[in-house]
Amino acid sequence: MAEYKWPEEGKRKHIGKRISRVDGPDKVSGKAKYTYDINRPGMLFAKLVRSPYARAKIVSIDTSAAEKMPGVKSVRVIQQPGAEIRWAGDEIVAVAAVDESSAEDAARAVKIVYEKLPHFVNEADLAAAPASYRRQPTEQTKGDPDTAFKEAEVVVENTYGNDVMTHCCLEAHGLIAEWEDDNKLLVHPSTQAVSGNGAELARALQIPAGNVHLKMDHMGGGFGSKFPIDRWGIEAARLSKLAGGKPVKVMLERDAELMLAGTRPSAYAKVKVGAKKDGTIVAWESESWGSGGPAGTGMPPYPYVWQIPNTKTKHHSISTDVGPQRAWRAPNHPQACLVTMGALEDLAAKLNMDPLDFVIKNIELTGARANVYKDEMMKAAEMIEWKKIWRPRGEGGMGSTKTLKRGLGLSLHTWGGGGHASNCDVTINSDGTVDVKMGTQDLGVGTRTAIRIVAAETFGIPIDQVKEHIGDNSYPASGSSGGSTTIGGISASTRRGSIDALNMLFEKIAPSMNTTADKLEAVDGKIQVIGSPNNSMTWKQACAKLGMQPITARGKNPGPGNLTSAGVGGVQMADVTVDIETGVVKMNNFVAVQDCGLIIDMKTTESQVFGAMIMGIGYALYEEKIMDSQTGRMLNPNMEFYKLAGLADIGNFKVHMMTGKGYDERGPIGIGEPPTVSPGAAISNAVANAIGVRVPTLPLTPDRVLAALEKERRG
Amino acid sequence: MHNFEYASPKTLDQAVALLGGNWGETEVLAGGTDLLSLMKDFIVTPKRMVNIKDIPDLKGIRMVRDGSARIGALATIEQLIDAFSKSIPAIAQAASGITSPQIRNMGTVGGDLCQRPRCWYYRAGYGLLARDENGQSLVPNGDNRYHAILGNNGPAYFVNPSSLAPALIALKAKISIHGPNGKRDVDAEKFFVTPTSDSAREYDLKPNEIVVGVSIPSTLGVRSATYEVRQKEALDWPLASASVAIKMDRAKKVTAAGIGLGHVAPVPWNASQAAAFLVGKTIDEDVAAEAGKIALADARALSRNAYKIQLARVAVKRAILQATM
Repeated sequence: MAEYKWPEEGKRKHIGKRISRVDGPDKVSGKAKYTYDINRPGMLFAKLVRSPYARAKIVSIDTSAAEKMPGVKSVRVIQQPGAEIRWAGDEIVAVAAVDESSAEDAARAVKIVYEKLPHFVNEADLAAAPASYRRQPTEQTKGDPDTAFKEAEVVVENTYGNDVMTHCCLEAHGLIAEWEDDNKLLVHPSTQAVSGNGAELARALQIPAGNVHLKMDHMGGGFGSKFPIDRWGIEAARLSKLAGGKPVKVMLERDAELMLAGTRPSAYAKVKVGAKKDGTIVAWESESWGSGGPAGTGMPPYPYVWQIPNTKTKHHSISTDVGPQRAWRAPNHPQACLVTMGALEDLAAKLNMDPLDFVIKNIELTGARANVYKDEMMKAAEMIEWKKIWRPRGEGGMGSTKTLKRGLGLSLHTWGGGGHASNCDVTINSDGTVDVKMGTQDLGVGTRTAIRIVAAETFGIPIDQVKEHIGDNSYPASGSSGGSTTIGGISASTRRGSIDALNMLFEKIAPSMNTTADKLEAVDGKIQVIGSPNNSMTWKQACAKLGMQPITARGKNPGPGNLTSAGVGGVQMADVTVDIETGVVKMNNFVAVQDCGLIIDMKTTESQVFGAMIMGIGYALYEEKIMDSQTGRMLNPNMEFYKLAGLADIGNFKVHMMTGKGYDERGPIGIGEPPTVSPGAAISNAVANAIGVRVPTLPLTPDRVLAALEKERRG
Repeated sequence: MHNFEYASPKTLDQAVALLGGNWGETEVLAGGTDLLSLMKDFIVTPKRMVNIKDIPDLKGIRMVRDGSARIGALATIEQLIDAFSKSIPAIAQAASGITSPQIRNMGTVGGDLCQRPRCWYYRAGYGLLARDENGQSLVPNGDNRYHAILGNNGPAYFVNPSSLAPALIALKAKISIHGPNGKRDVDAEKFFVTPTSDSAREYDLKPNEIVVGVSIPSTLGVRSATYEVRQKEALDWPLASASVAIKMDRAKKVTAAGIGLGHVAPVPWNASQAAAFLVGKTIDEDVAAEAGKIALADARALSRNAYKIQLARVAVKRAILQATM
């Protein structure tokens, strides 16, 4: 019986090393084909007619002019007269034509009459939300907060929040659908769920699930927004059917991508938090609200991570006539983190305590992983030179001038990230190459690289002798890439499948080595008797014995052995400079210390953290879905005024991954989400430390920074 | 984008002859960095596009010993940086603020001066004056965080987006225009106008006239600078900007000054009173700050853009200090 575990530290050849992503050269040279790049023979282009109003009833639809236009092959009414529209940009009619401009012209020729209805799109001011857009608030109490606040010696009250932001995937949502016969569909999607989307399409199109074939090599970002196939995807399949099965490509335009395909809910909260004079946190009270579109949004987990003994929370879910929310990296965590860590930083400032000392003093309140947080906090403080640069709030950190104020801010976060269900087929070929087939997808995070590393490690061969085959739902099913569950799932299934395949190979060759399978090991391109390196044969010689019959083993997760677990922590510290005459915030240094169990590839893991930090600076300083109260439309559905952080805006990064004893034996745990949680809080805290006053709402734009300074001046 | 007729004349007179008598029917194509996106969004829908890139007269930058310069309308933004980084920093710094290498290499001087406003209501199809179906401007009660703080009594509230115009105003440059009746020159400041209808333009051109170049008078002894207040370093517009050109005598007293403001009004703004204030003064931080206050004395905030008044004051102050320190 094989033992399913990870190799020990000294024996790892590939795992944990700095290995460049295997698809890097294809990506930088343009050889890698994304869904957007795929053009099928005879392909049609779909365009959607969208509502210009945030809330309206459809009175009538006239598609006759569009149907007669040259090049138009199919037209479908998606929502009928009488239907009520709940957000600007909602799809009403779909058209397909021989090229993109003909489709665009046809979409513009569709005549729709609307009855406009009053809309509500801006929820930042709770009092302004109409009654019909509010739900019954939810309230929860733990301990005895009223008494605890009476006994607290220091109490701060403040408001915190962040506006709605959008995912802004560089490759927009979309797919290409074509019918291979009357009930067999081929789809090239841009998705986070290659193995999962078939069922959704089959249900909508009323064909057997096995008749939907999905293929995707590369996709340009999802961040949680690309799980469903979406209405436009299903409509593309329907337009294709109407057009005799011809391939139909639908990719959202940039404005639609920003309006419809990404909404991270807003979160605002009035918070009161109390402590003893010595800094011991005793009580929390918050009244929060937020929206993620028509369905409102639930309460982020306040207070976040800190298990404060006495708490009272009240939350208002507000609905708006805005494109509905989608999961955004670590749903609810960045919001909860910002509000909680902001309030605690303000409390530390009022206590005249260094927030680093304050956090360490209370670290037991973070629960079971308190020691990890403490280690990570001290490591981050050392990396950012906290004790050297930090000054009490408003004094300006080391190097400040009359107008340029430097500040430091810290935050911590958690996430689950346990491995998802995953299946793969691992095949050892007689030429010594190995194939791993798995219905997973690489979102650009290094999934391909991780599969190769795990298989090559198990077989003791170089990683270029392994070829992974992914992005196809005809391969063994593997989970969606969400919740940071991919690395745990795919590493565990690949490891189990590889161990089983290797044992099958051992069984095959053991007799020729005059031994038994359980006495063999695969190391450094050889198969040898454990402890007798002289009794060996090369990997190639061993595989040659397979002849016409390659070995295939099915790897699964979950399965035998503890190969993955869940629950990580991380600490981030930001060093900023604020120009108090202009309100412009600049990043100096940004430090992340993170644990995620056993690291499969150090280089792509660090890349994940870098990417999270860049995206975090984006939502901390720049990104906001700006909705116009008058027209109900998004004012910045473009990359001109939907501002993303560029290279010149991000400052210097330092990342440290916690590894070794206490971490490695937990197996690989997801990293995609946790490092996106803290940036907003760390940067907001750094700005407060620099300028002496809290800027309540993210993004921290110059107007907001100046307004906070002005309010402080007026007292 | 609708289909259109494409013309590529080789001479200025041919080009002018190809332009129609009405705005909107014909558009001039140079770098195309603004025009093509306007067409893709159906904000402009010309029947004919006249490409002027093949007209040799419009190219090049000529610098004269007296510090004057003649810049062709087709000179690219990148060429300005190369040409003027030492001699006329106000221009080179303004050009550097156009923060995409692609746009700097394709975008032209004429295009920078004639680009259309970035007002998000205009770009969403509500017309140049951003009016709703009842004819009311959407700006005063809408999200006007990037809109005008000067010259904003309506009906236009957008800001002129030109990066170069404030510097040209500060330097007292002239803009050369060619039309059916030949050439005419206008002061940089007077080239820009505040439109009162959706079909009007933001500059003093007739539909069949073309900007052919810019003339900068002698800059000997002129110290100049442009300061932009930017939220983001790359791929972003300044929130407010100021360009200054200052002459000083041996005693460091200002003898002549020009100040232009960008992104504050429907036209690039000539802060002439602030410039006049500087004459006779010795520059220090207080004088520069006072000039900033004077430059914005007539500013009036809309509902969400009061912060821009502060930013513009700071831009003036810092441009003056940058030019003279």
